[in-house]
Amino acid sequence: MARLSANNLATAQAIIARYPKPRSALVPLCHLAQEQDGYLSNDAMAHIAELIGCTPAEVYGTASFYEMFKLHPCGKYLVGVCTNISCMLEGAYELLEHCEKTLGVEVGGTTADGMFTLEEVECSAACTVAPAVQVNYRYQERVTPQAFDELVTELRAGRRDDIPPHGVLAKVRQVPTDRWADSARSGDKP
Amino acid sequence: MIRTDIPKIVSRRFDQPDAHTLDGYLRTGGYEGLRKALAMTPDEVVEVVSGATLQGRGGAGFPAGNKWKLLADKFPRWIVVNGDESEPGTHKDRTLMERDPHMVIEGALITAYACKASQVFLYVRGEMAHAQERIAQALNDAYAAGYVGKNILGGPWSMDVTLHWGAGAYIVGDETALLESLEGKRGMPRPKPPFFPAAIGLYHNPTIVNNAETLATIPWIIDNGFEAFAALGSEKSNGTKLIALSGHVKKPGTYEIECGVVTFRDVFYDPLLGGGIRDDNELKAFIPGGGSSPWLFPEHLDMPMEASLVGPAGAMLGSGAIVAMDETTDMVRAAWRLVRFYAKESCGKCTPCREGTSWLETIMARILAGHGRPRDLDLLLDVSDNISPGPFPGPNVTPGEPAYAPFPYKKTTICDLGPSVVSPLMSALRRFRPEFDAYIARNPRKLIEVASV
Amino acid sequence: MSDEKTVPESGEDVTEKDNELTQEAHEQEVAPTPPPDGVAVTLNGTQIYADKGELLIEAAQRHGVHIPRFCYHERLRPVGMCRMCLVEVDTGRGAMLSPACLVECTPDMKVETDSEKSRKAQDGVIEFLLVNHPLDCPVCDKGGECPLQDNTIAFGPGETRMVEEKRHREKPIPLSDLVLLDRERCILCDRCTRFAGEVAGDPLISFIKRGVETEINTFPDDPFASYFSGNTVQLCPVGALTAKPYRFAARPWDLDQAESTCMTCAVGCRIEVQSQSRELTRYLGVDSDPVNHGWLCDKGRFSYEAVNNTATRVTAPMVRKHGELVEVGWGEALAAAAKGLSDAIGRHGGGSVGIIGGSRLTNEDAFAWAKLARDVLKTPNVDAQLDDGLPASIVLGLPRATIDEACAAPVVITLAPDIKQELPVLYLRLREAFLNGTSKLIELTPAATSLTPYATASHPYRPGEAGAAAAAIVEQVTDAGAVVILGRPSTAEAANFVTEAALVLAAKLPGVKFLSALRRGNVHGALAYGLYPGTDGMDTGAMLRASANGKLAALVLLGADPAGDVPDASLAQRGLAGAGFTIAVDSAQSSATARADVVLPAAAFAEKSGTTTNIEGRVTRVGQKVTPPGVAWPDWMIAAELAFAMGGDLGFETIDDVAAAAGTDDDSVAGDGAVIAPTWSGAMPPTPEINIPAADAYSLRLVSGRMLYDDGWSVKCSPSLSNLAKPVVMRVNPRDLDRLGVATGGQVRVSGAHANFVVNVHADTGVPAGSAWLPVNVAADDARSLIDASGPVTDVRIENVQ
Ligand SMILES: Cc1cc2nc3c(=O)[nH]c(=O)nc-3n(C[C@H](O)[C@H](O)[C@H](O)COP(=O)(O)O)c2cc1C
Ligand code: SF4
Ligand code: FES
Repeated sequence: MARLSANNLATAQAIIARYPKPRSALVPLCHLAQEQDGYLSNDAMAHIAELIGCTPAEVYGTASFYEMFKLHPCGKYLVGVCTNISCMLEGAYELLEHCEKTLGVEVGGTTADGMFTLEEVECSAACTVAPAVQVNYRYQERVTPQAFDELVTELRAGRRDDIPPHGVLAKVRQVPTDRWADSARSGDKP
Repeated sequence: MIRTDIPKIVSRRFDQPDAHTLDGYLRTGGYEGLRKALAMTPDEVVEVVSGATLQGRGGAGFPAGNKWKLLADKFPRWIVVNGDESEPGTHKDRTLMERDPHMVIEGALITAYACKASQVFLYVRGEMAHAQERIAQALNDAYAAGYVGKNILGGPWSMDVTLHWGAGAYIVGDETALLESLEGKRGMPRPKPPFFPAAIGLYHNPTIVNNAETLATIPWIIDNGFEAFAALGSEKSNGTKLIALSGHVKKPGTYEIECGVVTFRDVFYDPLLGGGIRDDNELKAFIPGGGSSPWLFPEHLDMPMEASLVGPAGAMLGSGAIVAMDETTDMVRAAWRLVRFYAKESCGKCTPCREGTSWLETIMARILAGHGRPRDLDLLLDVSDNISPGPFPGPNVTPGEPAYAPFPYKKTTICDLGPSVVSPLMSALRRFRPEFDAYIARNPRKLIEVASV
Repeated sequence: MSDEKTVPESGEDVTEKDNELTQEAHEQEVAPTPPPDGVAVTLNGTQIYADKGELLIEAAQRHGVHIPRFCYHERLRPVGMCRMCLVEVDTGRGAMLSPACLVECTPDMKVETDSEKSRKAQDGVIEFLLVNHPLDCPVCDKGGECPLQDNTIAFGPGETRMVEEKRHREKPIPLSDLVLLDRERCILCDRCTRFAGEVAGDPLISFIKRGVETEINTFPDDPFASYFSGNTVQLCPVGALTAKPYRFAARPWDLDQAESTCMTCAVGCRIEVQSQSRELTRYLGVDSDPVNHGWLCDKGRFSYEAVNNTATRVTAPMVRKHGELVEVGWGEALAAAAKGLSDAIGRHGGGSVGIIGGSRLTNEDAFAWAKLARDVLKTPNVDAQLDDGLPASIVLGLPRATIDEACAAPVVITLAPDIKQELPVLYLRLREAFLNGTSKLIELTPAATSLTPYATASHPYRPGEAGAAAAAIVEQVTDAGAVVILGRPSTAEAANFVTEAALVLAAKLPGVKFLSALRRGNVHGALAYGLYPGTDGMDTGAMLRASANGKLAALVLLGADPAGDVPDASLAQRGLAGAGFTIAVDSAQSSATARADVVLPAAAFAEKSGTTTNIEGRVTRVGQKVTPPGVAWPDWMIAAELAFAMGGDLGFETIDDVAAAAGTDDDSVAGDGAVIAPTWSGAMPPTPEINIPAADAYSLRLVSGRMLYDDGWSVKCSPSLSNLAKPVVMRVNPRDLDRLGVATGGQVRVSGAHANFVVNVHADTGVPAGSAWLPVNVAADDARSLIDASGPVTDVRIENVQ
C-alpha cells in the first residue's frame, strides 16, 4: 500500500502533461502505480485521484472496469493462458489443465511461493501461434506442455530477464515533450 | 492460384528485420507520404484519400476519406488511432504495430494534417507490451528527428502524437467506448445518436477514430496516388488488406491479400496462404470476419472476400480474422467458447447484453455439462431474439437456399457486442442442431431420491 | 416535461395522478391545432405535436402515453442504458427499435409504443432484469411503489424461464450513515450515481467492475457522505437503496400523505409528508419547477424524526411555582402569562415587553402574534430574527429576485454565508446554473465557500470590509440585471457592514435584484407579516441588552432559543437572566423553556396547517399530517387565547379566520404557490458610519459560519442526523499557522473578550491570512463564546498549547 514515489510522481506529472485534460491520464497512472507495487493499491488510487482532480471512487470505478488492474497482490509472474477460439482449437484447455498441475494451483490461484498467478485469458492476439500464453504480457508461442514446464523452471531460476516482474508493462516510455498544441486547443474548457 | 504480381502495401516491410527502426523505415521510403502530403493543402489530401475509397479496416468498413468529410466544423479536433485489437482471431494490427510502427505514425500524421486536428492519440491495447515498446521507441526517434512534434520536416506544421494504452477490456475497441476510456472513464460505449465521434467525440469535440491498419495504408496511397490503389482489388473494394488466418489450417499467419477478389478457398488452400486444412481434414465451418461474425460453411468457399457478397450471405468480413474449423471440431463447445467471451466482455451498460449474454453462457455451459433440457434450445433462440430481434443474419441451413437474413444484425442494445453473442450460437445451432441434441441426450434425467428420515 | 407538477412516487417519475391528467389532455387531443414550430409526430396512429428537440419519451408522456423506463429521469442526463423504453420508431428508413429516452422528435416521425415488436423488447428487458433480481417483494421497502414490480405486472413475462441459481451478493451494505444498498436488487440504472455526480457534485459512488459483475460502490472507507444522499433513495427505481430511518418502517400502502413545504430552512422545498398511525414516517421531495426540482437535503428529509421524538417536545403548559416548573392546564397557564404581561405593561408600559422569535411559525401564526403585539400588548419590540440576520428594511425593502431569476441572471453576486451549509437546495440550483453557464458567479466572502470552485471571481474580504469589497467590484459588473444573494456572511461581523455593502450594490448596479439568503424556516414570512421592530422598537440585540440591564419587564420567546442562535452567547445569557418575566412558546424543550416562568406548548411542523414564505417571497402551503403530542396548540391559537386572557380579541376562531385576515386563503398558494412582493413603506436605513478597530499583529479577525448539521433541535433530536455533526475545528490560513508555529491538525488555545478554550486547528488557504474561521452552534465552545456583539468585529488570539 503506497502512494507514488518521488520518481514516479515526476513521471506521473509528465504523463498528465501530455493530455488536454488530466483525467485522461487515469489508466496510464494506474499502470504506473501497478508497476511500482506489483498491484494497484488503495493508497495509490487515492493519490492518483488527487493528481488528476477526481474522487478516489471515480478512480476505483474506472480501474476495476479493466482486466489488467489487480486490486490485490498477485504473483511475480502472471501467466495468462488464452483459451479463446483459435487457441482452443489448438488444445488450449488441455494446456491449461497441464499448467494447473505444474503450478499446483487452479485458475485464478497464486503459487505458495508467490511466484506465479495462473489466469485463463481471452484472445491475446496470437492466434496464428496458438496455443498462446502470456507471461506478464510477454508472448510465449505454440506452447507445448514441455515448453511450459521449461519456462517455469527458467523463471524460477531467474534465467528469463526478458520478462520483467508483474506490473512492468512497456520497458520503453514515450519521453516527455512540450505539447505545442495547447495554443491550437481553443474550443475545450477544462 | 492468387496473383503474385501485385504490390504489398501494409505488409511490405514485414520481412525487413529493422523496419521498426527509424533508419530502416527511412531507408525504404519512410515519411515520403508525409512529405508529399504536407506539400498539398489539407483538403487536397482528403480528396486523394476519399478518391481511393479506402474501406475502414476496423470492422465497419466505412471509407476513411468520406468519414473525415463528416467532421463537424468545430475546433479543436482530435485523431484517435484504434490499436485496441481484441476481436477473437484478430492480430493483424499487433503485427503491424510491432513490425512497422512508423508507418502507423506516418498515416496518423497525414490524417491529422488532412483533418486540421490538434493532437493524435495512439491507443494501443493494454496487453500488447511489445507493440507499446516499439511505438514508444518509434515516437521518441521520430520526435528527435523532427518527423513528429514542432515544425515537422522543418515546415510550419506541428503535431503531437501521444501514445496511450488500455488495460484489458475488449469493448474499448468500440470507438465510442475507446473515447470514454481515453477520457479516463469506464470504457462503456456512448449511444449513437447523439454521440457520433465526428460530431461529439473526445471531450465532446469532433474526433476521427480510425483503425491502425486503415491509417497505415494512407502513406502508400499519398505516395503512389489513389489511382494506383483503386487499380487493385475488385470493383467495390479497392486495394489490399491484411487478414489473420488461424485455426485448423496448415499455414496460419498474417497475410496481405487483394480486396474483393481472393476467395475463401484461396485463403484456406492456396500454398501461398493457408496451404490446406490440417491433416487434410474436411473443412466443417469457418469464421469469415472475427468472432462477432456469423459463420460460413464449405458451400461458401468460392465466394470472393467481397463485403457486398458476404453481407447478403448473412456474414461479415469484419476485422479480417478468419478461423478454420475442421471436421473434428465440437461445434457446441466452439460456440460456447465465443458466447463466453462476449458474456465476459459485456461492459454491463445495456440490460439485454449484461444479463442476456451471461444467461446464454450459463445455459450452454449446463448443456455441455450434460444437464441440458430439450426446451433449452428454444430458450436459447428466444433469449437471443431479445438481444437481437427478428431473423438473425446468417446463411441458410440447407446449402443453396437464400440466407436467413443479410448482415447487419438488429439489436436492442447500444453497441454491437450484444448481438455479437448471438452470431456463434445461432450459426452452430442452426447448422449443427444434432450436436446440441446429442449433448442434451446425455442428460441422465434421474429421479433424485429423497432419503426418508 | 409535464408542467403539471405532481408528487413522484419514489423512483418513478410519473404518478397515477399524472397519468389521469395527461389522459384528459390526450382526449382533448382529437383535432390538435399545430402550435408554432411544433413537430408533427404520429404516436400510435394519432397525430401529436412535440416541441422542437423534445425527447420522444417526454412528448409521449405529455400526450398521455407512458413509455416504461428505469434509467430515464427528467432531471438527469439521459443515458439510454436500461433499454426499457425501446419503441418502434420510423424516421423514413423503416421502423426500428429505438430508446425513447434518447430519440428527439423529428417531423413526420412514426412511433409505435405498443406494437408486437415494442412489447416483445420490453418483456425481454423485464425478464433480463429479473434474471438476477431476488423475488423478495413481500419484505422489500419498495414493495407497492416499485416500478420494477409494476412494469413486471404490466409488461413482464408470466413465468420464470431461469432455472440457474441467481447471483448472490452481500446485502445490504451501508453506503453512508443514512443510505444502505442491497446489491442483489440493484438494476444498474445509473440514477443514484448520475445524481451524485451531476446534481450534487459528490461523485462518491460509482459503478465498479464490469458486465454482469457490475455493482455500485464507494471507495473503500470513503462513504457517500453527501448532504443530498437521501435523494438517491427516492430516485432508485427498485428497493436497492433504502434510507436507514425508513427501512422496514412502513409499507407504502399503509401510508397516507399530505402535500407540504419543508420549513427546515428558507428555500421552501415542496414535499410529500407521509405518516403511519400518528407517526411521521417519510418526507418525499416533490418536483417544483421554480424551487427544488424534486430534491431535498438530508437534514430536511430526515428531520421528521425530531417531530416524532416526543421525549424532547413540550407537551403540556407549565408554570413556575416555588422555583419549579409544574404542568398545569391551559387556563391556568394562560392566566399566569396574561398576568405577567399585564403587570409589566401596567408598571412600565408596552415598551417594557419584548417578543423575540417567530421564524419557525407559519405565516398565519406570525400574523396573529404580530396583531397581538400591536393591538393588545402595544409593544414595538418585536423581532423574528435573532441578531444574526439583516434589518427588515433590507430584507423587505430591496427589489426581490426569484431563484429562477438568479439562475438565469448574467451575473450572480453572493454576499452571503456558505449557501451549501445554510440553504442546501439553493446551492444545487445555483451550482447547476453556474455549470451550465446560464449564469456566472462573483463571490464577496470572508472565507471560501462551497460555491467558490464554480465562481468566475471570488473576492475574499476581511470582516468589516464588506462595503469596500462591494464598492470595488461594481465597476467589473457590466451587464445589467445582476442578482445579489444577500445574507450575513459571518455573524462575527456586524450587520451594518452588509447593509452598507447592499446599499452600495443597490445604488451602483442598474436593474439589480436581491435574493435573500436568510436561513431560518419562515423568517421571510415572519417579517412580511409583521414580526419586526416597529417605530422606535428594539431588535433582538437591543432587547437582550436592555433586558441584561434590567430594562425589560417581560420577554416572550416565540419558538426561539437565544442561547443557541444569538451570535454573542454571553449577551444571550445576560439577556435571558435579566428578563423580569419570561414566557416561552415552543414545541421543543430548550434552555429557554427550562428557565421560563411560563411555558406554552406549540404544535410543530406537520402538526398544523397554514402557509410559509420562502427566500423568494413565494407563499406555499404547509399541511397538517399528524396531531400534536399532549395538548400543544398551533401558535396562532395561543396568540388568540392569550389575547382573550388579557381582555382583548384578535377575532380569530379558526385558522381560516387568520388566513382570511392575512390574505393567504386563496388558491394561489396551492402547488408551487405565489410569489408575493412584500410592501415596505418604511425608510431605508442610512448608510451606517462605523470605524473598525485596527487589528494588532497578534490577533486574527474572527469569521463565523454555520454547518448544516449543527446543535439545533432538528438535528440534535433526529437520531439519524445527530451523529453527523462534525467536531469544532478552527480554519486558519497556513501562513498564520507557520507564523505561530502550529501544525495543521494540532491544537491551539483561542481567546476572546469573554472566553478562551482549546480547539483543533486546520490549515486552509480558503481563509484569508489574518482571519480565523470557527463554526457556530455546534458545541458549547464555538464562535459564539468569542463573538462580542458590542463591537463591529471580533478579534481573537491563538497560541500553541504545549
Ligand atoms: C464491440 C466492438 C469492438 C470493436 N473492436 C475494434 C477493434 O478492436 N479495433 C478496431 O479498429 N475497431 C474495432 N471496432 C470498430 C470501431 O468501433 C470503429 O468502427 C473503427 O475503429 C473505425 O476505424 P475504421 O473506420 O478505420 O475501420 C469495434 C466495434 C465494436 C462494436
Ligand atoms: S451492448 Fe453490451 S457491450 Fe455494448 S454497450 Fe451495451 S452492454 Fe455494453
Ligand atoms: S429509460 Fe430509455 S434506456 Fe432506460
